[in-house]
Amino acid sequence: MKGYHDIGGEPAGEIPKHEHEMMLWEKRVEAMLLLLSQKGVMRVDENRRGLESVGAEVYHGAGYAQRRIQSISTNLIAKGLISIEELAAKVADIEQRKDVLP
Amino acid sequence: MHIGHDHPHAHGEAGAIDPHAPQQDHDDTLDYYRKLEIAVRELLIEKNVLTADEVRRTVENYDSRTPEGGARVVARAWVDPAFKALLLEDATAACESLGFDMNVFDVKLTVVENTPQVHNVIVCTLCSCYPRMLLGMPPAWYKSRAYRARLVREPRAVLGEFGTVLPDEVAVRVHDSTADLRYIVLPMRPEGSEHLSEAELAQLVSRDSMVGVTVLPAVQG
Repeated sequence: MKGYHDIGGEPAGEIPKHEHEMMLWEKRVEAMLLLLSQKGVMRVDENRRGLESVGAEVYHGAGYAQRRIQSISTNLIAKGLISIEELAAKVADIEQRKDVLP
Repeated sequence: MHIGHDHPHAHGEAGAIDPHAPQQDHDDTLDYYRKLEIAVRELLIEKNVLTADEVRRTVENYDSRTPEGGARVVARAWVDPAFKALLLEDATAACESLGFDMNVFDVKLTVVENTPQVHNVIVCTLCSCYPRMLLGMPPAWYKSRAYRARLVREPRAVLGEFGTVLPDEVAVRVHDSTADLRYIVLPMRPEGSEHLSEAELAQLVSRDSMVGVTVLPAVQG
């Protein structure tokens, strides 16, 4: 069966040509992916598997960096490196902070 | 389209997805995914998996890679036949000889050469693999669903959307990248550029010509 990421050859609309500069948080997602791969914590293949199991809705509905950070967190939880509880606690903590955004 | 819907990009919730909407991220909202990025990064730092400094330096390394890097390689290939031969044979070795650090990315790089008979263009249908070591981060359209889906089916129509119309007798070859194998296009040297120096030639080489969605225009007298 063809995965939802396997879109080569499918019909699609006009190519959106806007050039949007990557934001710092998006670059940090890429930096984490590269570092985790270099350190042997999470391989490129594992990221790809993560991307290909976020579900078609998130895959096609969310932005590029969005689905990649989702894949990282899913992988790290599956590896036991971080737990759902500490992730939830950290997010709650971030929500309490002021001036989180640059 | 969700006409009048000002927030068509789903953030995990069902029912609000418009697959044709451009995927834009917002710089001014702390949405679920941005909180997730901060949370994951801080946890990895607390657990000594990464350091904040490593993340910063890696971002800087990405920022330092721009299409000017690829343009330098292309210009050298135009003026130095021995370099060009090495570039087509072993792109990593050729780029290292120009001082590029190619070790950061553990992938094979293959250069495909445009000729009067063959035009090459690159894509990654399964993801968004791109020759980052020479061009930096891919533009948004390269990662778009439409580009990934359509280039392998109707390359000439896609090229047309970039203003590139090739004669029928020119073959169009589409190269589908993978995580382990990246392509970059060696565009044809523009007509009328015979008198230019290597540095001046590099100025002519655009990012899009190295992706293969455009060809370089002739240099006016």
